[in-house]
Amino acid sequence: MAAPLALLLIVAVTIRAALFRTSLANLISERVEVVSPLNAWKRVVEGLALLDLDISPYSGDVFHETPMVIYLFHFLMDYAEITFMGAGVKFSSLHLVSQFRKQKFALEADRIPMDCLELIRSPTEMYYIPLKVAMFYLLNPFTIVSCVAKCTCGLNNAVIALFILSTMRGSALLSAIFLALATYQSIYPLTLCVPALLYLLQRLYIPVNVRRSSFWFYTLQYLFMFLGSLLVLICLSFFLLGSWDFLPAVYGFILSVPDLTPNIGLFWYFFAEMFDHFRLFFLCVFQINVFFYTLPLSIKLKEHPVFLIFMQIALIAIFKSYPTVGDLSLYMAFLPVWNHLYRFLRNIFLVSCVLLACSALFPVLWHLWIYAGSANSNFYYAITLLFSVAQILLVSDYFYAFLRREHHLTNGLYLKKKDGSEATLVLK
Amino acid sequence: MGLLSDPNRRRALIGMLTRLNAPICMICYMAGVAWFMGLAFEPFTLRTYMSENAMGSTMVEERFPAGERALATGREFAAHKKKTGGMPVDWLVRTMQARGLEVYTQRFSRKLPFPDEDKERYMVKGTNVYGILRAPRAPRTEALVLSAPCSPGNENNQAVGILLGLAQYFRSQIYWAKDIIFLVNEHDLIGMQAWLEGYHHTNTTGMDWSPLQGRGGSIQAALSLELSSDVVTSLDLVLEGLNGQLPNLDLANLFYAFCQKIGVLCTTQGKLPRNDWDTTSGYSHAVQTMMLMVLKQASSRPWGDHGLFLRYHIEAASIKGVNSFRPYKTDATTVGRLLEGMYRKLNNLLERLHQSYFFYLMPSLTRFVSIGYYMPAFGLLALILLLRALDLWVQLSSPPTRTTEDACPPLCPLSAPQPASPGVLSILTPLVISHLTGVALYTLPVLSQELAVEHFPVSETEAVVLTAIAIYTAGLALPHNTHRLLAGEGTEQGWKVLKLVAVLYLAVLLGCTALINFSLVFPERGLLVGVNDPGLTLLFAVFFFQELQETPVTLQEGWMLYLSVISQGILDHALYGSLLYPLAALLVYPCWLLFWNILFWK
Repeated sequence: MAAPLALLLIVAVTIRAALFRTSLANLISERVEVVSPLNAWKRVVEGLALLDLDISPYSGDVFHETPMVIYLFHFLMDYAEITFMGAGVKFSSLHLVSQFRKQKFALEADRIPMDCLELIRSPTEMYYIPLKVAMFYLLNPFTIVSCVAKCTCGLNNAVIALFILSTMRGSALLSAIFLALATYQSIYPLTLCVPALLYLLQRLYIPVNVRRSSFWFYTLQYLFMFLGSLLVLICLSFFLLGSWDFLPAVYGFILSVPDLTPNIGLFWYFFAEMFDHFRLFFLCVFQINVFFYTLPLSIKLKEHPVFLIFMQIALIAIFKSYPTVGDLSLYMAFLPVWNHLYRFLRNIFLVSCVLLACSALFPVLWHLWIYAGSANSNFYYAITLLFSVAQILLVSDYFYAFLRREHHLTNGLYLKKKDGSEATLVLK
Repeated sequence: MGLLSDPNRRRALIGMLTRLNAPICMICYMAGVAWFMGLAFEPFTLRTYMSENAMGSTMVEERFPAGERALATGREFAAHKKKTGGMPVDWLVRTMQARGLEVYTQRFSRKLPFPDEDKERYMVKGTNVYGILRAPRAPRTEALVLSAPCSPGNENNQAVGILLGLAQYFRSQIYWAKDIIFLVNEHDLIGMQAWLEGYHHTNTTGMDWSPLQGRGGSIQAALSLELSSDVVTSLDLVLEGLNGQLPNLDLANLFYAFCQKIGVLCTTQGKLPRNDWDTTSGYSHAVQTMMLMVLKQASSRPWGDHGLFLRYHIEAASIKGVNSFRPYKTDATTVGRLLEGMYRKLNNLLERLHQSYFFYLMPSLTRFVSIGYYMPAFGLLALILLLRALDLWVQLSSPPTRTTEDACPPLCPLSAPQPASPGVLSILTPLVISHLTGVALYTLPVLSQELAVEHFPVSETEAVVLTAIAIYTAGLALPHNTHRLLAGEGTEQGWKVLKLVAVLYLAVLLGCTALINFSLVFPERGLLVGVNDPGLTLLFAVFFFQELQETPVTLQEGWMLYLSVISQGILDHALYGSLLYPLAALLVYPCWLLFWNILFWK
């Protein structure tokens, strides 16, 4: 296992290092699909310059990263290494995710009907999953371009990966700290609080029951750790900067979406077109999308918090206000973990074709709109919409496949109708 | 979403699509071709009309009187040109200054990657001269350009004469709201490239030029005039620019409107509009005109000096004077009045030309086909690829599931067949190798010219072209052999997966190309057949183009033309950044190699 991992790491680092040296790096770091106003390296450099001049980095509406990040880069200008490390850390963490799933399946194995055994993954398959996850992340073109653009979302991804790792390890404190860090970076990971809690409860065999005091005790304990570390982080930022400037500049910027630079998300076009007096209402409608699905999903998937984490990460990547392809690559890295769902997927061909075509069409339509002047923003937004629809289809397809597999695990794989003919499952 | 979630209906639909795949593909192909050919049929096309308000309703009166004097200036220019043996810079500066313009010059020099044998140039040095007529009535934030090339020999002297005559006349008028820049560029497109890069402070092709000393506002529109005779029978409008970009259709409409008003014969692609669309000859005339436009657009090269303006988001066209054997002639005064009228209308523009179409084909100067009408033709062709891909996908995914359902009883779950996916390596190898061949085709010809000249008795240009052809041909053998060496015998599923990848690759490639340069799709369409390779397609296109221009060539000449087309393509990429050569070498050729690989899989 170690040898292929090392090889993979070397290949991944080589590709990135080679791309850093070419002129493509500049081109990529200007692409709106790869960097957003939130995490563009250019803006971080600007913030650093302002900081060096003893001016608040948030003056001037250019820099929107959190204070911790700027101080991190202040001391470590060796940026490329950092991003590599982010990728590496992530990889090692996901390595462990599946280990725990393995144990879980071992537990399940004795209480399911015989014919479903083929649905259970064999240990050899499980063995390679961490490697596949690492490969999906490190060799994903989206990750590579995002890394070459020195997009700081690589750091966010690393933090989220660390959070997942520590959760899987069952360490509540670390999990809460990393979750707080991820939330501090970009608010949206807040929704990951629920699956983490569910997972930790499950690990300790505490049933999710509102009448049990042990449930409440543990929940409050976790929330206290989470909110406490979040508070510490925010206060620390305040003491580092000496002002509260960063709150509106970072969180206000994320939530109220003042920068309408086109990106692969759904916000920019709508808010560029909208009348000002509807803005607040639609802002709420759009932002609520990220948080809205947490409750129903956690009720439906309360037995499967790991899958819930995947769903949440995907939803965040789709519905956040400034998405980049780096966010996409985070949840796409999880796809090999669910490769046992592959046989139940229905639209994977359609979805992968659409995603492929859209990724090629983004730069083309951007060229036609901005440089050639012959197309306009509608063309670009059409592709953005299509891209989002494909992602939503992908996520819902996985969700459906997961539920279907659960159904088969309890009812047997080959369903028969009462008259003995083969039955089909219809989702209505 | 019922179709996406209901398995029964899905199965029925997919079953039908796979069962009837071949007939549906055939129908789509024929429908696509028929649709495309139908685009030239007049009832299916729209009549051109002026969309821009500012240019439509305002009446202008053309009063340019001094055609004869302009021709005299042209003759003087010719004499000075002959005397200096190139651009008569001093004379031009003096003359323009005498006409009351702010005159500046720009020097430029460029070393071509290899000698251009068509135009006989290698180390290019030249000077552009331009004069700015400042707008008296507005704050000089916008500009219009009128350019005429200073060509070697006896060409385009009259164009420079009319340019100077118009400058003198325009100077005395008070209604100009935009700066008018009169530009005489040397070495046609190279000079134009230098001037445009200087004007916009960019340097995309690594050319040396001295910075411009004077500027007008942002350029709204430009016309380039080419005129080599004192009288003309007709004026030809050239629209195709770099990478198949076209100016806004309103510019063509403007030209047509003034030709009608003044009574000048006007053509596009050298073909007059005809009214007898219901006869066979009328229809074939329209098809010829349209196919010429498609081929010129597909060549991705600028077909006049205006071609490079389009890159900077400036609407531009070339107007060429044609002097043929028709009895009815138009004199220089009339041409001057036509240009005056066009500039006065452009002067009235309140914003950039954007109302009309940017994507269109013209079966005649009075008719056009917009993107909404020609895209279905492409869509039908792209649909074939998607259907083929779907078919392959179904073939690939169904056998394993069927065996699990039929053959494997519930009691032997552990022996359940795993989906026998051919290793990633067997797909990746041909992909990587074909792309490496493409990269070689892209970089080696220019890099290795010295080596080739040293060892073979050829000139540099021949060396480049022949190296390209050699790499191209060698590439045919390479992927297959290397693949066999690395991955052993191909499996039955292997080629299906590879074909799936190649088909999707081609579909995405075609989709992107269709948006950038629609006309390129139709030559590329040859790839659909699978045997037709890009080189042959190009050869065919060369002959077809000559045929359409009614100058058929013999096989020998055709071959020479073919070689020169390749060298021109490489030069266009190096000089002006035309995308055709990298597109063909880096994407289309590898994609086609994949199909080639599939053909010889076993």
